[in-house]
Amino acid sequence: MEDLLPKQKLNWHKWALTAVMLVALVWSAFITDAHLGLFFTNFSQFTELFVEMAHVDWAYTGYTLEPMLQTIKMSIIGTLLGSALAFPYALLVSRNIVTNKVVVGVFRFILNIVRTIPDLMLAALFVAVVGIGPVAGIFALTIFTFGMVSKLFYEAIETIDPGPLEALRAAGGNRIEIIRFAVFPQIANYFVSYVLYAFEINVRASTVLGYMGAGGIGVYLQQALSMFRYDRVGVIVLVIFVVVLAIDYVSGKTREALL
Amino acid sequence: MKQEATPVIEFDHVSKIYENGVVGLKDINLTIMPGEFVVVVGLSGAGKSTLMRAVNRLHDISQGDIRIDGESITKAKGKKLRQIRRKIGMIFQNFNLINRATVLRNVLTGRVGYYPTWKMLFGLFSPEDKQRAYQALQTVELADKVYTRADQLSGGQQQRVSIARALTQAPSLILADEPIASLDPETTRRVMDDLKRINQELGMTVLVNLHQVDLAQAYGSRIIGIRAGEKVFDGPVSEATSAVFDEIYNGAEAEG
Repeated sequence: MEDLLPKQKLNWHKWALTAVMLVALVWSAFITDAHLGLFFTNFSQFTELFVEMAHVDWAYTGYTLEPMLQTIKMSIIGTLLGSALAFPYALLVSRNIVTNKVVVGVFRFILNIVRTIPDLMLAALFVAVVGIGPVAGIFALTIFTFGMVSKLFYEAIETIDPGPLEALRAAGGNRIEIIRFAVFPQIANYFVSYVLYAFEINVRASTVLGYMGAGGIGVYLQQALSMFRYDRVGVIVLVIFVVVLAIDYVSGKTREALL
Repeated sequence: MKQEATPVIEFDHVSKIYENGVVGLKDINLTIMPGEFVVVVGLSGAGKSTLMRAVNRLHDISQGDIRIDGESITKAKGKKLRQIRRKIGMIFQNFNLINRATVLRNVLTGRVGYYPTWKMLFGLFSPEDKQRAYQALQTVELADKVYTRADQLSGGQQQRVSIARALTQAPSLILADEPIASLDPETTRRVMDDLKRINQELGMTVLVNLHQVDLAQAYGSRIIGIRAGEKVFDGPVSEATSAVFDEIYNGAEAEG
């Protein structure tokens, strides 16, 4: 006689956990007083705003170009500074480069703390420290980039082929020579790719950073919104859209070619 | 015999126990003289690779002392250790080339031990060393591939590039850790011939790990048998009869 497929045992734990999570979700909605209805009642306002924004004040376009350029400059400088810091730091927290577990552990912990701070909070912090203006934005982007690129980069470093490292060690190379000849050629393309990726994200992030007073097009966006000039908001949104799209396209194609 | 000459390699009661308690090497004594072509044979996991990596201290040993040209590599640190290592060229089973770099750049990395770090940071190799690298490539008959990227070459060619890299290092000793394990029979012969020529024409001492008994007999001047971390045979190739190889490979069964 043919053996029948045995029935899978009912997993009570799984079902119980699912039920608990569903209850918790509904309960949390109640205690935070969240109503789905509220979202839809204000929906008409959204369409009204959208219609206003659609009446674009084209004459304003000229005034947006300079702050947009400032935003791009901020992104470039922030990306470069952050990446320059990230390069040595990523090597320091890679387990296949630094074998001392304590060193790696401590510096990874610091990196994780840096990475938990959102970019807007960084911007607010630096506006308080260095004052309103693009310098605060550059500092915020530098720290933000540093956290992001360090993380991506050390993960790439840890996947490299250990063979060439061993060969360099056997030939009498020291740690710096091993990094220069066995590690660097394996990761250079990744690094450039991650820097470009960080730049893409930074252009998008820095458009909003102005909101906190950190310079760039965000300042104009905030002003236009607070004056209810939705025709100007429309222009600013369109300019940001076009620039971000162009940069993403060029950077994306470049990264494709690199990897 | 060259009894008065300094041995290239000396193992003095060397043992290696891994952190997980596995015994890698058990009380090994070994003396290899300049100009020898020594083949180490044994089963996978017998400790051949551990023995080889102990020589240039890619692996640290637990007990005993290893001397290279009379100097203890076991006690050497930092710069001293790197200076001893640069006298020892190494060839690996997986070639260990930098795939994205050119053949020339790969061969030149054999010279890093001779330069100050700041020069290497900028990749400043001297014209003499570039010429030396080119000559090494001529020795392995790959001169026409000098500017080709390493990953564009076949397995056999890559292994010959790694031989050129070891030669450029101008070592007195060459370690080859299963250099032909991932090659076909034809390229195997070429690589082994290259090693033989380096031994006979350039006078470098060669220590090579092999699986194949026939190759060990064809190329070696001396055979060392390793079983479960212990040296079970050490003698000239003429004394390594098939009974000896049986003992090296199946000794445990024969005893039991």
